[in-house]
Formats: sequence, structure tokens, C-alpha cells
Amino acid sequence: MWSLANPTHFLGIADRVIPWLTVLSFLLLGIGLYLSFFAAPPDYQQGETVKIMFVHVPAAWLAMFGYTLIAVASIGSLIWRHPLADVAAKTAAPIGGTFTFIALITGSLWGKPMWGAYWVWDARLTSMLVLFLLYLGLIALWQSIEEPGRAGRATAILAIVGFINVPIIKFSVDWWNTLHQPASIFRAGGPTIDPSLLTPLFVMAAGLTLLFVLLHLIAMRAEISRRRVHALRQVQVERAAAA
Amino acid sequence: MPELGPHAVFIWAAYAVTVIAVAGLVFFIVQDDRRQRQLLADLERQGIRRRSAKSVDKSSQAKPRGRKPKP
Repeated sequence: MWSLANPTHFLGIADRVIPWLTVLSFLLLGIGLYLSFFAAPPDYQQGETVKIMFVHVPAAWLAMFGYTLIAVASIGSLIWRHPLADVAAKTAAPIGGTFTFIALITGSLWGKPMWGAYWVWDARLTSMLVLFLLYLGLIALWQSIEEPGRAGRATAILAIVGFINVPIIKFSVDWWNTLHQPASIFRAGGPTIDPSLLTPLFVMAAGLTLLFVLLHLIAMRAEISRRRVHALRQVQVERAAAA
Repeated sequence: MPELGPHAVFIWAAYAVTVIAVAGLVFFIVQDDRRQRQLLADLERQGIRRRSAKSVDKSSQAKPRGRKPKP
């Protein structure tokens, strides 16, 4: 397990996995888009606007997945000072933030024709907006502290405290009377959605999840290189000073 | 082109936002990765090595940061 935490070992694995993930994620997204636009029937209530769900729902899942990943990595960073943990946490924030942005905008574009409003201060929508602000806060905190060790510890604390918002998002539709519909896929008793609509949704979700993992691996590789560049420049300065 | 009914503009807008946001993210991350690896390769070509490079390359077991190895 610890050997996987070795950045050099991690880079070797990432270099081998990235080409496969690239092919697989874009293949799944291509199939997902074909199913969404040419195979999925209109919903009996939503009509063709159900197609927005094929990007909105996976984006919302990945928004929460990204934050959970950051919180777990932050625990690893704070407790075990795991070599890759704060690299993983730092690089997941822009990706999770982008998927949160997509979930908010596509939800809003679905809300206007279906609810008659782009935005309502509903518990689910508001908690998703809070998640987006948390992502922005984490990115800003990383940018504002120059030394990576201090920045990692400060953002790890914020990330762990902010994780309380993830179960609030998930259960907001049960705890409060919301305009947003309750869970219709991962629920006791099985999904309430017809397989003809569920298939494109799952294919798009699989494609976007692989894309998330792919981008996270590339971003982690870049961050490890950035830290090595920083270390080498320090060596370069010390050599120049000693000469 | 699929027929998307009276709300087509909302559907196209949702997919356009998704494609633009994801494409921007991919571009930013891939460019950053290329740039950092290029900078690292340039420094290594100059013969500059990290102090820990030897031990990290030889080691198959990573040690958690801050934990001293047992004597």
C-alpha cells in the first residue's frame, strides 16, 4: 500500500493508465451522447428536457464524489502526512468545482422550462451552491499560502469541516420540503426511471466518472512535477550561492 | 439533427455549457502537465538532481513524510 504512495511509483502507474483511460472515457462519452440524443425517448412529463438529466445528474454525483475524495485525502494528509494526499486533495478541487458549476447551470436550464424559474432557494439547490463556494474557498486558500505544507494543512481542515455539507446535499430532499424531486435512482426499492432513460444516464455517468479520474491523474502528475521543479530550483539557487 | 421540441434552446444550452466547461478543464490541466514536465526535464538536463532523488528512486517502500526511519 505504502509503495503506491511513492510519487515515483505513482507516476509510473499513471503513465501506463492514462492512455487507456483516455480511450475508454471518450468512447463511453461518445456512446452516451449517441444514446442521449438518438435512442432515449422523451419522458412522459418532462418531454425532451429529460436529456438535460443525462449531464446534470452525473455532474451532481461527481461534484459530491470530488468533495468526498478531497475530504478523505485531507484526513490522509493531516493524520499520516501521506506523500500524495495533499497533492490528491489540491488537484481534485478545480475538477470537482467544474462539475459543481455544470450541475448548477444545467439544473437551472432544466428548471426554467419545468418549474418556470431558473433558481429557487430550495434546500438542494442552496446546498449545492454552498458546495461550489466551498470549492472556490479551497482553491483560493491553496493559492493564498505559498508554502505547500502549510497550505495543505489549512485546506485540509477547511475541507474536513466543509464535508458536513455532502450528507446535507444528499438528504436535503428528505429532510426538507423541497421543489427538487427526491432520489429516483439510488433508493430503497430500486430506481423509478424506465431503463430506456436509465441506460444513457448510466453510460454518461460512467464516461464522466472516468474523465474525472483521468483528469485527476494528469493533474496529480502535473502537481508532482511542479513540486519537483520547485525543489530543483532551490538546489539550483543554493549551488549558485555556494559557487 | 434530433428534434428537441419547444425547449430545444435549453437542452442545447445545457450541453454547450457542459462541453465548454469540460473542454476548458481538459485544456487547462493538459497544458499545465506539459509545461511542468517540460520545466522538470529542462532542469534535469542541466544536471540538477533532487537531494532525495537517489533514495526515492531506489526505494520501493515510501515512507510517510515526517516519520524518521528506524535505526
